[in-house]
Amino acid sequence: MKKEEKQTIFFNNKPYIIGYYSIVGPKEGKGTLGEYFSEVSDDDFFGQKTYEKAERTMLEKALKGAVDNAGVSYDDIKLFLSGDLLNQIISSSYAARTINIPYVGVFGACSTMAESLALGSCLVDGGHFETVACATSSHFSTAERQFRFPLELGNQRPPTAQWTVTGSGADIISSKGKGPRIISATFGKVVDFGISDVNNMGAAMAPAACDTLLTLFKDTKTKPEDYDLILSGDLGKLGSEILIDLMEYHGVKLGLNYKDCGQIIFKRNQNVLMGGSGCGCSATVLNSIIMKKLISGEYKKVIFMATGALLSTLSCQQGDTVPGIAHAIVIEGDNNE
Amino acid sequence: MDEIERNKRYNSYVEAKIAKTHAWPSLFNAFWVGGLICTLGQVFNDLILYIFPNVSTQSAWAYTLIILIFLASFLTGIGVFDKIGAFAGAGTIVPITGFSNSITSPAIEFKNEGIIFGMCAKMFIIAGPVIVSGTVASMIVGLIYLIF
Amino acid sequence: MSDWYVYLIVFGTGGLVCLLGQILVIKTKMTTARILVTFVILGVFLQAIGVYEPISEFCKAGVNVPIIGFGASLAKGAINAVKSSGVLGIFTGGLTATAGGIAASVFFAFIFGIIFKAKTKKL
Repeated sequence: MKKEEKQTIFFNNKPYIIGYYSIVGPKEGKGTLGEYFSEVSDDDFFGQKTYEKAERTMLEKALKGAVDNAGVSYDDIKLFLSGDLLNQIISSSYAARTINIPYVGVFGACSTMAESLALGSCLVDGGHFETVACATSSHFSTAERQFRFPLELGNQRPPTAQWTVTGSGADIISSKGKGPRIISATFGKVVDFGISDVNNMGAAMAPAACDTLLTLFKDTKTKPEDYDLILSGDLGKLGSEILIDLMEYHGVKLGLNYKDCGQIIFKRNQNVLMGGSGCGCSATVLNSIIMKKLISGEYKKVIFMATGALLSTLSCQQGDTVPGIAHAIVIEGDNNE
Repeated sequence: MDEIERNKRYNSYVEAKIAKTHAWPSLFNAFWVGGLICTLGQVFNDLILYIFPNVSTQSAWAYTLIILIFLASFLTGIGVFDKIGAFAGAGTIVPITGFSNSITSPAIEFKNEGIIFGMCAKMFIIAGPVIVSGTVASMIVGLIYLIF
Repeated sequence: MSDWYVYLIVFGTGGLVCLLGQILVIKTKMTTARILVTFVILGVFLQAIGVYEPISEFCKAGVNVPIIGFGASLAKGAINAVKSSGVLGIFTGGLTATAGGIAASVFFAFIFGIIFKAKTKKL
């Protein structure tokens, strides 16, 4: 397919995901996907003194894991694309400090995994770099103190709240090698439907997800049935129900092949209300069960669409509504060659 | 479609979509935990007056509150209070224990940013408004009382 | 010690105050700080119009332990200080009356803040 002036970019050379790695905290390890993660830590401090340092360490470990998994060395990685939720994306930048690789910080809130993979694919497909690394991370305790309340405060979480996933995922994309291939990327628009409740991220992000997904189907001339799996990032239970409604309103019916990372990562009895959220949510789900099934050939074609809520504590205190964004990539399974 | 109209429709759609959780269990929990904390306060108060008969009523209440504040602060420190709070909601927030918790929890949380700018400065991020509003309101009452 | 029915009254009225707080939490999605502010101002108001004393006489810890009592002490302190020392009382009264509670909260928070470390919610 030729490049067209659409929101979707089609990759002629279809970059390979040659290595992947996911690392999670103890709570996620006890969740539904516990056995699929590359590494489960039973200490959410990851041997560090503060949670911020812990998140950084987690990201470094994920990158190291992905590099090893790809069977390459740090010298082969020509660019590191990463982002996270903390102010000034410190987890990513500080992790990049230790590896001596050119670094580009990206921010797309919880959509960062899809954003960095899409950007990385563009760079590799365009022939500018042979191999790049894409990563992201989030930590429950750092997000909680930055966006909400102190951990020990005795408050109740509103019923629409979600639980930030402690985890990090990394991928190595290359123009040569073996593995699942990224065939297209759809960059989303910022969509705001006027939700002002910061404890209802799912509802704030669902319209953006709907917009991107509709664009993707239109640009690629495909239908939901053409995919083995349509995976949204962290809409949660409420958000994904809203997405299904919105898509139906626009005449597209999402079937049983639609899943949401936030909904599948935790078990029902883990007290996470609407489900998981955070950059790490979509990153760890993608880099565990989804990658494994893409490699084994169980999935042939998957849409990975991570969603993000682009707010800050300042904007919500000033009464602004919560804008959402969603980026999507289409990944093709291993055995299509 | 008009954007404001669209947002309004979307908001009311979302509002309707949010599953109505049953409020009764949380109301019941708030009631009995809150009641229990108050009863505990009464017991402390009576004990103080029983052991030290010379203490004035007002001082006995002050001691009672200080004991409750100590307990809440300690439970916050060992990481138990947030669990009780998640269960009882306003049952632990409304009694003086909630005030104590709202000062101790940021003190622990922001210790990593240093004693001065972390712990001491952030100690009042939740309780600050309480002290400010209470002080201002009481001064207004004093002023009115002075005039009339 | 008080008679047994006093404890029953304390339990019932204290519980009711907290129930009221919980209704506010559910209906208005108020956060901790807003709940506390609302109840403190309520206490100041009740004291100012002179109904707090009789309520407190009946409910005892049922209203003294909730943060309403804190607000009531602030107002009572201000009123008493105005009586004894005039204009200066407006400034000194409220905080003098509640100094014990505030100082205790700050002191214990400082001590336990130094000793303990924040733990991830395990719920």
